[in-house]
Amino acid sequence: MAFHHRPDAPELPDFSMLKRLARDQLIYLLEQLPGKKDLFIEADLMSPLDRIASVSILKQHEVDKLYKVENKPVLSSSEQLCFLVRPRIKNMRYIANLVNADKLAGRTRKYKVIFSPQKFYACEMVLEEEGIYGDVSCDEWAFSLLPLDVDLLSMELPEFFRDYFLEGDQRWINTVAQALHLLSTLYGPFPNCYGIGRCAKMSHELWRNLEEEEDGETKGRKPEIGHIFLLDRDVDFVTALCSQVVYEGLVDDTFRIKCGSVDFGPEVTSSDRSLKVLLNADDKVFHEIRNEHFSNVFGFLSQKARNLQAQYDRRRGMDIKQMKNFVSQELKGLKQEHRLLSLHIGACESIMKKKTKQNFQELIKTEHALLEGFSIRDSTSYIEEHIDRQVSPIESLRLMCLLSITENGLIPKDYRSLKTQYLQSYGSEHLLTFSNLRRAGLLTEQAPGDTLTAVESKVSKLVTDKAAGKITDAFSSLAKRSNFRAISKKLNLIPRVDGEYDLKVPRDMAYVFSGAYVPLSCRVIEQVLERRSWQGLEEVLRLLNCSELAFTGGTKDDKAPSESLRLILVVFLGGCTFSEISALRFLGREKGFRFIFLTTAITNSARLMEAMSEVKA
Amino acid sequence: MDCYTANWNPLGDSAFYRKYELYSMDWDLKEELRDCLVAAAPYGGPIALLRNPWRKEKPASVRPVLDIYSASGMPLASLPWKSGPVVSLGWSAEEELLCVQEDGVVLVYGLHGDFRRHFSMGNEVLQNRVLDARIFHTEFGSGVAILTGAHRFTLSANVGDLKLRRMPEVPGLQSAPSCWTTLCQDRVAHVLLAVGPDLYLLDHAACSTVTPPGLAPGVSSFLQMAVSFTYRHLALFTDTGYIWMGTASLKEKLCEFNCNIRAPPKQMVWCSRPRSKEKAVVVAWEKRLMVVGDAPESIQFVLDEDSYLVPELDGVRIFSRSTHEFLHEVPVASEEIFKIASMAPGALLLEAQKEYEKESQKADEYLREIQELGQLTQAVQQCIEAAGHEHRPDMQKSLLRAASFGKCFLDRFPPDGFVRMCQDLRVLNAIRDYHIGIPLTYSQYKQLTIQVLLDRLVLRRLYPLAIQICEYLRLPEVQGVSRILAHWACYKVQQKDVSDEDVARAINQKLGDTPGVSYSDIAARAYGCGRTELAIKLLEYEPRSGEQVPLLLKMKRSKLALSKAIESGDTDLVFTVLLHLKNELNRGDFFMTLRNQPMALSLYRQRIEGRVAALQTAADAFYKAKNEFAAKATEDQMRLLRLQRRLEDELGGQFLDLSLHDTVTTLILGGHNKRAEQLARDFRIPDKRLWWLKLTALAALEDWEELEKFSKSKKSPIGYLPFVEICMKQHNKYEAKKYASRVGPEQKVKALLLVGDVAQAADVAIERRNEAELSLVLSHCTGATDGVTADKIQRARAQAQKK
Repeated sequence: MAFHHRPDAPELPDFSMLKRLARDQLIYLLEQLPGKKDLFIEADLMSPLDRIASVSILKQHEVDKLYKVENKPVLSSSEQLCFLVRPRIKNMRYIANLVNADKLAGRTRKYKVIFSPQKFYACEMVLEEEGIYGDVSCDEWAFSLLPLDVDLLSMELPEFFRDYFLEGDQRWINTVAQALHLLSTLYGPFPNCYGIGRCAKMSHELWRNLEEEEDGETKGRKPEIGHIFLLDRDVDFVTALCSQVVYEGLVDDTFRIKCGSVDFGPEVTSSDRSLKVLLNADDKVFHEIRNEHFSNVFGFLSQKARNLQAQYDRRRGMDIKQMKNFVSQELKGLKQEHRLLSLHIGACESIMKKKTKQNFQELIKTEHALLEGFSIRDSTSYIEEHIDRQVSPIESLRLMCLLSITENGLIPKDYRSLKTQYLQSYGSEHLLTFSNLRRAGLLTEQAPGDTLTAVESKVSKLVTDKAAGKITDAFSSLAKRSNFRAISKKLNLIPRVDGEYDLKVPRDMAYVFSGAYVPLSCRVIEQVLERRSWQGLEEVLRLLNCSELAFTGGTKDDKAPSESLRLILVVFLGGCTFSEISALRFLGREKGFRFIFLTTAITNSARLMEAMSEVKA
Repeated sequence: MDCYTANWNPLGDSAFYRKYELYSMDWDLKEELRDCLVAAAPYGGPIALLRNPWRKEKPASVRPVLDIYSASGMPLASLPWKSGPVVSLGWSAEEELLCVQEDGVVLVYGLHGDFRRHFSMGNEVLQNRVLDARIFHTEFGSGVAILTGAHRFTLSANVGDLKLRRMPEVPGLQSAPSCWTTLCQDRVAHVLLAVGPDLYLLDHAACSTVTPPGLAPGVSSFLQMAVSFTYRHLALFTDTGYIWMGTASLKEKLCEFNCNIRAPPKQMVWCSRPRSKEKAVVVAWEKRLMVVGDAPESIQFVLDEDSYLVPELDGVRIFSRSTHEFLHEVPVASEEIFKIASMAPGALLLEAQKEYEKESQKADEYLREIQELGQLTQAVQQCIEAAGHEHRPDMQKSLLRAASFGKCFLDRFPPDGFVRMCQDLRVLNAIRDYHIGIPLTYSQYKQLTIQVLLDRLVLRRLYPLAIQICEYLRLPEVQGVSRILAHWACYKVQQKDVSDEDVARAINQKLGDTPGVSYSDIAARAYGCGRTELAIKLLEYEPRSGEQVPLLLKMKRSKLALSKAIESGDTDLVFTVLLHLKNELNRGDFFMTLRNQPMALSLYRQRIEGRVAALQTAADAFYKAKNEFAAKATEDQMRLLRLQRRLEDELGGQFLDLSLHDTVTTLILGGHNKRAEQLARDFRIPDKRLWWLKLTALAALEDWEELEKFSKSKKSPIGYLPFVEICMKQHNKYEAKKYASRVGPEQKVKALLLVGDVAQAADVAIERRNEAELSLVLSHCTGATDGVTADKIQRARAQAQKK
């Protein structure tokens, strides 16, 4: 029971162009270093590169051997070395060591560093410090958009989240702006633009500047994508912190989908080796179940298996000619489908096994209680028990964060005791993790004594309104508070359920969390698209602490055909989850939109927590 | 003067050959040389004789004896031969005796008859037996070539780095070659063999027929062949009594000679000087010795006794039962000076000096004559050079005196040539001494170098002489005296009959603190001989702790090593020992050892203290930032670290870097319940955590008794459902049931279902009239077995609905 889009749903633009573009550019860069060369690739770039250019293509362009950039002595004997790296200081040191070692050995080789997606001045400075700036040539491979699926583009920058939301490092914003610029040159201008969040705003402004610089080029082009929506991850941490129950999300939580493909271990493939499987719309079986709630998946798969068997069985009554037809036309497809089916059934079984072991029901119950805000005491003690039993450091942390965000921070007593418990269970180095979480606003403490609001109201009585507003701002910057409960009420995030929520025929986006919660991010997008502006959402923005950070823009060009207006690009800065993607796909189907997703990286609760964790590897 | 050239024999027009006695041998050989296998090392090396070899006519009733003599006939070693039949003996370049056995095994003995090692020449050789073998010298070292019973050759160019090479087959070879030899060309060893009238050259790849250019016709077989010392020349002796001499490459003929003796010679060797144009071959028969060269006549000597020829770089040594002689071409300088009626400047100078001693005015005349010709420098140099080639010290002296006399009349004559010659001659005379017995000529000495000569002296255990030579030549200590002393000490420690104290004292007295002597090397040698105590005593003298400690550790004297390391004050060294000790000893012993060494203990602790100090700084910073929680947590961590260290000390095992929870768990798993409780109290672990922790740990230990005791210690703060759960996880249904009864009413149904008691669960659920629980139980009812229960629940439900 896949999402069948309404017949009037717009066609998606062809994103394979992005791949071709990236490939051609890479080949051009490789050709800049004529002759045989060894290519050193950073581990993070390997999977994306694999999607862009196969080894045979690299070999065609005289790449001799491929190496991984890692802290090991280099055995390359080639006269030309080419490095394909992310612009990181540690990579520069690696290259510098290599070049300097060659110098000591009296060896002269040609070195070329290709930065992807862009070059940073800091990297060049390191090269200069190490005294090898003159020895290497630097280039940029502006490969920032990898189409993971027909409607999903990823920048494959998982570090974006930590760099921006924890360290406050804004260097990637330029990369985002460049990527948006590229999209708008390729797929026409975006007539309508909305955004929320500091990073979104900055990216938008930068992008606009870029457009203005190259004014005229996009003018007069027919827009293909009608709306663009930019969203910061910190607007909605809650959704990202929840356990995912949509099939694709569950697979990601359980097996970790990496760059659009997943490694199914022996327990899934029911053979003795693991299998790398590409998960996208081309996988017919997966395509039909990816957005389904997990409870439906088994039923669907068994139905599918029966159908398949029936199709196989058809050949019983066939004569020779029909049989020939069957073998030549259908059998291969059936076989393929059969293989995929057994893989996904294996994956489901494996997920079930794992979840039963972890008392998944209890966990979900607690999560729902937190989202809905009842029996907080029970949830707190559940979390405490979770920590005491050392179930999993990342899970424990996630629950604590969820508690903190939904409750506007932990009350000091709980904050202390949970932290103490956590440190006792998992080691005191997590003191730093807690500091990170507080900085990012994921795990905070309510101000002791009077709550802030109480102080605020007292103060505001004493001064004029204007000053009061300032004070409010000051307070909110003092401790960034989540007003989740109020938002939830305002946006109706917790659907009122009369009886059982029918997960088979979902009514709203809440189905991605078993009908318990509509993802905040998706609801905001829905609301804005409905209103075509932020009007009427001021209260929500205030509660989100984003009053000044929401914007609308774009070329007010009403010539845009109605077709394009239903194609919407959603940009998640800091990562998005598969649950959100599923929810928006659902929304699109309901309203006749088509959503296209652009994210800095696919994320989930575990990845968020790991990004914040300070544990020695 | 006339008599001086009496033993000079002219060969052709330009060359003289002389033979003089080196030693009169007083070895009392019981048998004739011809009955023995003989091997004499070049460069005045030792002579090995293997008496009573395995001859067919004489049954081997007596064990053969292997004797080793110095060149002067002094016995060096004598040992009864216990191994298999020996085919051939030979000396390697390192003066090791190689004994090639019939089965292809080569036994290696030292100069003093000490067995060194053995190696085999391969299976093929073992199967076909050894027919003949040669030991030859190449620039790589010493090689062994073997002719097997199957008439195939196997050779190894260097016995130090054994690589066997099987040479290609000679086509149609049915019988053993009449003679063969190894050649060394372009750093590759070849074999040249003669079969009938044909010569074959075997290299690695192929066998080729070769024909010496200008060979006289009528040859039907080659009886003997000889290669020169430098592998440059080759001589062939045919059955017609004809000798062909040419280059070893067989491309050029030098000369030929017909001696008209058809009997096969016993030995034929080259006798030529390096850089001399004259080439001559010495051929020996039973009673006759002939020197032939590029001249119609030959020089003939009569041999009174059975003799043996040893080719040398610049001549031939000939030894027999009673004498040891040297036959060589008279060097140019000597020839010029001593030739009858020579007017060479050197000869005149010698004459002048003699007249001067006689206080005759003729001295002035001669001198003036030389000076007029402007040849005084040349004269002095000639005299110096000639002195080097003289064997008799009196002649050396008179020549040197002449040189010294002539030198006075020269303005700026560099003295070093003269001085060096004096020194060299002193060394040469010393080693030529009867007791030492190394009859090196000056050219051989220069070729061999002083370093090798010292090595050979050391090899002969002539340490005092070696040291005297070093001191006399003022060689740097590290190269000279120290090295020899170290060798001496290494030899000394092998003397098992001397007590450890005496040896150690003797060594220390001799060596003192001579620079460049490594006591640890000597100690290592002593340890190698199994004299650990001696090694330790010797190490006492080692000034560098870095050298002492590793060996002590190797000798398993770890504690001693530790105290040495501590004395050295080198922390790295102490750590090395500590890590070693930690692996070697059990924890108890380890800490007992450390207890006596406070310094090591504190060092060991420092590893942790460093971290504690860093944490303290962090805590201070937290206090400053008014983050009391973090400060407290940091302090706790410090406390924990210290405690973990104490636990590691006292209990062993790994505690460092565990979290508090894991620390307590580890304690319980290790059975230290008291400690665990103490820790829980100290760190105020909440009851709930403690109960979870204990429950999990005890269940993991399967200590059900203790678990039950624990469960009864007081009312569980976490209820009893977890007890059931965890028991079930360990698959202990029996224990689980015990706790199920104690679970509170709210969770009783769950607990009962967990242990699989569906019926009772149904009863409880019905009693509690809880709809959710009823359906839960119902979902657990399976098939026929629980049919009754299911019915019961349905009935209860129906009743409840009625009400």
